[in-house]
Amino acid sequence: MDLIADILIVLLVTVGIIFTIVTVIGILRLPDVYTRAHAASKSATLGVMSLLLGVFLHFWWNEGHFSVALLLGIVFLFITSPIGGHLMTRAAYMSGVKPTELTVADDLKEAVIELRIESDKNTPDDE
Amino acid sequence: MNVFYSVCLVLVILSMLGLLYRVWKGPSVPDRLVALDAVGVMLISAIALFSILFDTPFFIDAILLIAIMSFIGTVSFSKFIERGEIIERGPNR
Repeated sequence: MDLIADILIVLLVTVGIIFTIVTVIGILRLPDVYTRAHAASKSATLGVMSLLLGVFLHFWWNEGHFSVALLLGIVFLFITSPIGGHLMTRAAYMSGVKPTELTVADDLKEAVIELRIESDKNTPDDE
Repeated sequence: MNVFYSVCLVLVILSMLGLLYRVWKGPSVPDRLVALDAVGVMLISAIALFSILFDTPFFIDAILLIAIMSFIGTVSFSKFIERGEIIERGPNR
């Protein structure tokens, strides 16, 4: 039973480390900020969640310490990390960072232009 | 077993160095923001591995704290990039 627990923990930690390395490769090699945020927010989240699950099982089965803070940390990371990625890429788009030249379609552009015109109509100019 | 966790820790720290290269080089500000957010995540995994290596569960509260602080920093900085101010003025002040 102890051996199975150790194998499961090592497997979870290894998956976490592999996804961590994939994150770094993606951040270093992908061409623009949107693809980099895509790599960072997804695989870093999955990697750290798997690693924290392994650490949680280690403390639970080998040390007899049920850590609620680790479970809360896993849930919190799962909720907030994609929101952070969304906010960062939206800030990048709104501040005018160009996507890579391989990009084919940009559906957001028309929506943003419409939104700008709409908000210019609604705010008075005499500020 | 300790050797395995030490190797994992070294790999995580090397990944942090790779992300810091992107922070140093990144052509735009959001690039650096994305890389720094990932550095926060790597810091969480490094602390989790440290708490296994030192055989103590007392570091685990720091994990939750770093997660919350990193999220607040990301939200406020991306709001600053997008709008130019973090806490906006109300309409009737």
